Amino acid sequence: MYNILIGGAAGQGIDTTVAILEKLLKKSGYYVFTVRDFMSRVRGGHNFSMIRFGTEIITSHNDKLDGIIALNDETVVLHKYKLKEKGFILCDGSLSAEGPQVIKLDMDKMAKNLGNARVLGSIAVGAVLKLFGESLEDVEDIMKASVKEQYLEINLEAIRAGYESVEARFAHMEGKFSDWMLISGSRALAMGAIAAGLQFYSAYPMSPSTPIMEFLASKSNETGMVVEQAEDEIAAVNMALGASYAGVRAMTGTSGGGFCLKVETLGFSGIAEIPLVAVDVQRPGPATGLPTRTEQSDLKFVISAAQGEFPRMVIALRNHEDAFYQTIRAFHLAEECQIPVIMLSDQYLGDSTATVKPYELSNIHVAEAAKADETEGEYLRYRLTQDGISPRLVPGKSRHFVSADSDEHDEGGFITESAQVRRAMMDKRMRKLKKLEEELLEPEFLGTEKCTTLLLGWGSTYGPIAEAVKGLNEDGKGEYGALVFGDIYPLPVKKLEKLASAVKYIINVEQNATGQLADLVREKTGIQCSSGILKYDGRQISGEEIVQRIRKGA
Amino acid sequence: MDTFKTYETAWCPGCGNFNILRCLKKALEELGKSPYEVLMVAGIGQAAKTPQYISANRFCGLHGRALPAAVAAKIANEKLTVIVDTGDGDSYGEGGNHFMHNIRRNVDITHFVHDNQIYGLTKGQASPTTGEGHVTDVQVDGNANTPFNPILMAVSAGAGFVARAFSGDSEHLVSIMKEAISHKGYAFVDILQPCISFNKVNTFAYYKSRVYHIEESYNPADKMEALKKAMEAGDKIPIGVIYRETRPDFHEKKQILNTGVPLVDRRTDLQVVQKLIREFV
Repeated sequence: MYNILIGGAAGQGIDTTVAILEKLLKKSGYYVFTVRDFMSRVRGGHNFSMIRFGTEIITSHNDKLDGIIALNDETVVLHKYKLKEKGFILCDGSLSAEGPQVIKLDMDKMAKNLGNARVLGSIAVGAVLKLFGESLEDVEDIMKASVKEQYLEINLEAIRAGYESVEARFAHMEGKFSDWMLISGSRALAMGAIAAGLQFYSAYPMSPSTPIMEFLASKSNETGMVVEQAEDEIAAVNMALGASYAGVRAMTGTSGGGFCLKVETLGFSGIAEIPLVAVDVQRPGPATGLPTRTEQSDLKFVISAAQGEFPRMVIALRNHEDAFYQTIRAFHLAEECQIPVIMLSDQYLGDSTATVKPYELSNIHVAEAAKADETEGEYLRYRLTQDGISPRLVPGKSRHFVSADSDEHDEGGFITESAQVRRAMMDKRMRKLKKLEEELLEPEFLGTEKCTTLLLGWGSTYGPIAEAVKGLNEDGKGEYGALVFGDIYPLPVKKLEKLASAVKYIINVEQNATGQLADLVREKTGIQCSSGILKYDGRQISGEEIVQRIRKGA
Repeated sequence: MDTFKTYETAWCPGCGNFNILRCLKKALEELGKSPYEVLMVAGIGQAAKTPQYISANRFCGLHGRALPAAVAAKIANEKLTVIVDTGDGDSYGEGGNHFMHNIRRNVDITHFVHDNQIYGLTKGQASPTTGEGHVTDVQVDGNANTPFNPILMAVSAGAGFVARAFSGDSEHLVSIMKEAISHKGYAFVDILQPCISFNKVNTFAYYKSRVYHIEESYNPADKMEALKKAMEAGDKIPIGVIYRETRPDFHEKKQILNTGVPLVDRRTDLQVVQKLIREFV
């Protein structure tokens, strides 16, 4: 397995270089996992990406580097210590880096000689391919799909020039992933929404959720979807709800701050029983926090957001497969139970790219609104039913009136203050929780069944925890296991309760300061974690970091 | 007649809302609308209860948030006649941002604002249109804020149909409502209305003695004239169409909505999804 870092200032074209390089590496057969670390600025500062690639599945970033591609001096200064003994630093001849590991290439001059200073990144791509013993076989295909036609030839020349100017240092390994997809978490989520039949997406731009909107917009004409940039997040969520009421699949997405503005409407979705899919791509708060960084601190907020009580579902996305399949399921549950379903992603998952098996479309099932002939007798939008789910018609599609009201209402949807109706309606809505509980997916278990220490996690820490458990069990003793929650509210407790009584220690691993999952687990089961590994500096914990902290006695 | 029925109401006897509701039903009936194709949308307030009292589809949402839900419903199903029927607090106070931006969005909906220049549901505080110096239980020294001019705002922000009407002038109100509903694009009508319980300043007599029908010679296509007309206030209040301009509406501007098949009747093609999946390989 190899691991390289590409760093420089915002505006130096790191994103493009990384996107091309990771595609080429995946095409050559590698499993690729790339994380993106950038500052909240358009120019300057320090941004970097780390591409980890190998012949087996990779689920976490790692800090030990085989190579650094430095577009400025700062990159060398900041990351040099992470370099392995045989690692290299590839940089421009004009940088001040010195030492046996440094490979200086006059990339800037070469690019200018080729006729465009901006192809420097492609020169670096060529050099990296050579350093890792890759061929140039797929370069043309990938570049065709990545750059505009008029820049194709010069970029190809640049790659060849870079390729020819260094010697190979590492051997190519034969992987089997060239036919898999390479996709970011946010795009995977967007693809899931498209596959679920999304027709209306409304949002206000906010890091790190904006890539969802950008991707959906870029495919809107092809898929026949309206992507509307709302005037604010309150408008965004009310638009999604209005569209859903009128019968199209709708979604809204934002980060924590924007979600705060949407909260009242979450309750409206609850009481009016209008399906709503809402995404929160978490970043560190409170308030503006760290806009482009990662955290898992919105769990307790979203499970209890909005005044009053109503059934809701919260799904934490664990990886790039979840992001697709669980998004489809979110639409199904929202429609089936006529509730708000919230998906929790975060910057780490949203902006990272991973290699996944091509998504399967054959088993997609998303519930539909009722048809007029499925309703008996007088149409009552909020008919009291055994499972709490009433026939939801779409307005204008039948000879029935369809009502929606944010006030408490009777079966016909008319405002009421009757104590009896209030109780009946609350009970009816809350009965949907039973149905939800039947649909809950238990957390995924990792490690060995006979483990004595159980790690608990949720959402995007899945990958790092998976790598950590593997590492911890390498000694063959099989002492470690983990449960990582995807469905997190209502909390599925069966596996947890069974395992908790068998293990000695339970350690929660979370990207927040207070251990929000540990709190939820204690509230719902009485199970107390022995200790917690918590990280809240805006940077994702790695598998290796978890191992180190456990070995230090977490 | 009576295609649209009235349900039991909770308004004060003598409230201007009654006549606005009557006129709305008349306008819809005269336009030959079927109640099943009409969607009434409101937020919160006394006027916002209107959708509860008329037999049609209704979406009674959150305070100030009627417009975003209404435009999205219209985007989802262009065959619906979508009418936002709500008050001055809902439209200009809590929902001010949506008012401004939905003028720009120009979705084909109608927005009737029952403007009684006071908060009724919360019992008598100043609204964005309450006159300067108006004393209330909260504005104890008199309202210090400059009243919001919704007509001027709508014209200057680019609305394609801007009108003012008076709840006490039924015939005129019905005709304005019909024009507004028939207008393609966002149509806005500010309807002056007395609040008999909480506004002792802007009474029926107050409006009755001040409103006048805009002269026949007035050209509502002239934006500069419209701006002048919008600023007329005080002793003489013009009612009628202040500004009218036909511009492409949201559906006409969006390629994918311009197909004749409402979004709600379409389904995503899984072959397209399959193609997108391949793009990531």
